[in-house]
Amino acid sequence: MSENKAAAWQALTGRAGERAALLGTEGLPTRRVEAWHYTPLQSLNGVAWQAAPALGEAHIKQSVAELDLPQHDGILVFANGQFCPALSHLPACMEVQEYGDGAAVPRLLTGRFSAGLNAALRQPGARLKVPAGRDAGLVIMVSLTEGEDVSTHLHHSVTLAKGAKLTLLDIQLGTGRYLTNPQMDVHCAEEAHFSHITHQKESPLAARLAIAGAKIEERGNYDSFTLNQGGALARQEVVSQLNGPFSNTNVNAIQLVDGERLNDLSSMIHHAAPDCTSRQTVRTVLSEQGQGVFQGKILVDQIAQKTDGYQMNQALLLSEKGQMNSKPELEIYADDVKCSHGATVGALDEEQLFYLRSRGVPEAQARDMLVQAFLLETVELVEHESLRHYLLKALPGHVG
Amino acid sequence: MPAVSETREAVEKLAKSNYEWGFETDVEMDLAPKGLNEDIVRLISARKKEPQWMLEWRLKAFRSWQEMSEPNWAKVKHPPIDYQDAHYFAQPKKKPGPKSLDEVDPELLKTYEKLGIPLHEQEMLAGVEGAGQKTPVAVDAVFDSVSVATTFRKTLAEAGVIFCPISEAIIEHPDLVKKYLGTVVPVGDNFFSALNSAVFTDGSFVYVPKGVRCPMELSTYFRINARNTGQFERTLIIAEDRATVSYLEGCTAPQRDENQLHAAVVELVAMEDASIKYSTVQNWYPGDEDGKGGIYNFVTKRGICKGDRARISWTQVETGSAITWKYPSCILAGKGSVGEFYSVAVTNGHQQADTGTKMIHLAPDTRSTIVAKTISAGKSDSTYRGLVRMQPKARNGRNFTQCDSLLIGDQCGAHTVPYIESRSMSARVEHEATTSKISEDQLFYCRSRGFSEEEAVGLIVNGFCREVLKELPMEFAVEAQKLLQISLEGSVG
Repeated sequence: MSENKAAAWQALTGRAGERAALLGTEGLPTRRVEAWHYTPLQSLNGVAWQAAPALGEAHIKQSVAELDLPQHDGILVFANGQFCPALSHLPACMEVQEYGDGAAVPRLLTGRFSAGLNAALRQPGARLKVPAGRDAGLVIMVSLTEGEDVSTHLHHSVTLAKGAKLTLLDIQLGTGRYLTNPQMDVHCAEEAHFSHITHQKESPLAARLAIAGAKIEERGNYDSFTLNQGGALARQEVVSQLNGPFSNTNVNAIQLVDGERLNDLSSMIHHAAPDCTSRQTVRTVLSEQGQGVFQGKILVDQIAQKTDGYQMNQALLLSEKGQMNSKPELEIYADDVKCSHGATVGALDEEQLFYLRSRGVPEAQARDMLVQAFLLETVELVEHESLRHYLLKALPGHVG
Repeated sequence: MPAVSETREAVEKLAKSNYEWGFETDVEMDLAPKGLNEDIVRLISARKKEPQWMLEWRLKAFRSWQEMSEPNWAKVKHPPIDYQDAHYFAQPKKKPGPKSLDEVDPELLKTYEKLGIPLHEQEMLAGVEGAGQKTPVAVDAVFDSVSVATTFRKTLAEAGVIFCPISEAIIEHPDLVKKYLGTVVPVGDNFFSALNSAVFTDGSFVYVPKGVRCPMELSTYFRINARNTGQFERTLIIAEDRATVSYLEGCTAPQRDENQLHAAVVELVAMEDASIKYSTVQNWYPGDEDGKGGIYNFVTKRGICKGDRARISWTQVETGSAITWKYPSCILAGKGSVGEFYSVAVTNGHQQADTGTKMIHLAPDTRSTIVAKTISAGKSDSTYRGLVRMQPKARNGRNFTQCDSLLIGDQCGAHTVPYIESRSMSARVEHEATTSKISEDQLFYCRSRGFSEEEAVGLIVNGFCREVLKELPMEFAVEAQKLLQISLEGSVG
């Protein structure tokens, strides 16, 4: 980061009033805004949001060590919006780019509140580049946030050159009542393959407005998986644009919502080129007074003939007070396409439960088994084996 | 691959084909001055010789309308509507007591003929005595906002069924109207329903008393006839405990240069074990090949299943109008009540349709079914927008939704926007949607068996819509199939 940028950043974040103003009543989308109808942001209003103070290195180190991380080729640690070089290293083939000047919202994310907020209060994050033909292996990014009424707005970018490959495990955690608003801009060049696994386990008091925008060129692949299980109010927004023919994207997710929390997965899969495929499986388990939101749109341009798009979202309601709001959406302007979506909301299947009970499985255990089975199918969509294990370990204790 | 070239040609041909029912009947009209203000509302009320309470109801609606803004969330585009540039009251000038066909205005009869109303029904409409006991269909023809005649009233009256223009009901059955009007669609429900409440001129009123099975299908023909008149229909149907009624609504409108606004409100009330079936075939003028003209169809239709085990079923075939904006809905408030929605929407040329339903489950064991078929051709845009909501008390609620879209040509769009909101653990909601084009395999199969391409498309489209068409009453099913054929006529070859 250049000194100029740092100074500019300082000037921007130093003014707490500005931050509060941006998040004030006027700046926040209301329930009448279609995209935020099910995820009301009014709880953010009235908080005097501050820039997050730096955390001690020993403390950060300890927090990272407590994570049961899989074998990896590189790691990047951010704490309260600041990069921790001492705790980070990258695979040799990867480049870290200078943080550029552009504080604008990329066209792909125009009009999206989370991206606008990030542009206004942007903090420099990781700028990663994988050169052509190289496989960077598994890189882990840990973003830790701690504090009361503080907000972070990290801006990351990941660029994969032709034929490059990268798997990124993106872990977000923290304690306290804070707001995180990370953005990641992704570009997959021809035949590049980016596997992006987000494990969201923010503080149960935190608010989170995360957004990722990916542009995928010919035969490229952006494979996104989100495990949403933290935050009082947490939206993960994924915009994936299939820009070149024969490209592919998966936008899968599991949401485990308990307490009085709200988890939201909103996605836009944009078929902007012919012969592309997209797959989406989103499964939500709601217990206690949890609220789940799924909004998924598949947009098929007129040019995008031979599109093959499939979207499935299913929710399990395990308590009388849980609530699920789904809005799967198809917007199609090409005629030679195969697009379908399905959605279900319901309780555990009584027949399956009866089957297990009749074979001597106690009720509580039978319920857990069925919930596990419901989630397992989605975890299995993750290609990377050690990441599948990592995710499976994260599941228990949050279900049932 | 885009649509076969024949299909494209066909669509072009179709776009150019003239609106079969594009005609204008030259009947003397009694017009109110253009514009909308309290005086117009008072004038309408006075012309209809309405009681004071009705006028106050209208004025209340008008005042709330003035404070509302036009909704813009539907996926439709149109130039701004000038609500002051229209006549809000148009009435054919009545000659006193036309008792035989010869006395009836021949223009009116011609209209019926073009509409395809059978002759004996024409006679009935015109009030010719002793004619037409053969068909058990009662027709209430709405001719530019005023019910010209209601047939079969005597037969219905013997069964205790009231079927009359709503203007008459306001005067003759004020208690019933007062009790139910605006209870399903409140005055300030939305912009267009408020407008309708203020200025509606006529519509149908149906009351089926306890335990009565309506002895015949009830039907209404809507026609928008004079230039620049909005059509603001108001329909109210009440089925008391264990009553059953089937109501058919058919629409055709003459060809016009300017867009015409149609903002109807339909309210259905079904009490315990009652059943209401409401079927619509809508074929208003869709505009010319450049998308000019055509009807704006902004309709609020809603039914409430008030009693336990009540049933409301909406079936619609929407082929006309430049813009369709309508969501026939069911509020399932009675235990074990049932809501159904079956829809075929065909858009062609520059038509836009944003249509669907709302199923609001309030009570335990309520069930709803939604089957929506969308066919887009030409440069049209068609959207299914539907809401299924399970409230916490809707234990064991059940919904199944199926939306299928068929695209003909690569200039059109088909969209599906379902909203699913569940707050009931034991409720089960299922939704599935597909979008595709007519498969080459199916076409080839039909062609290899000697069907022309056009026949093959007709067959496939009819098959695609079958689940919905079979829900229509017999009389309408035939008409609807004909309409589909006309709408997609020459869509190949």
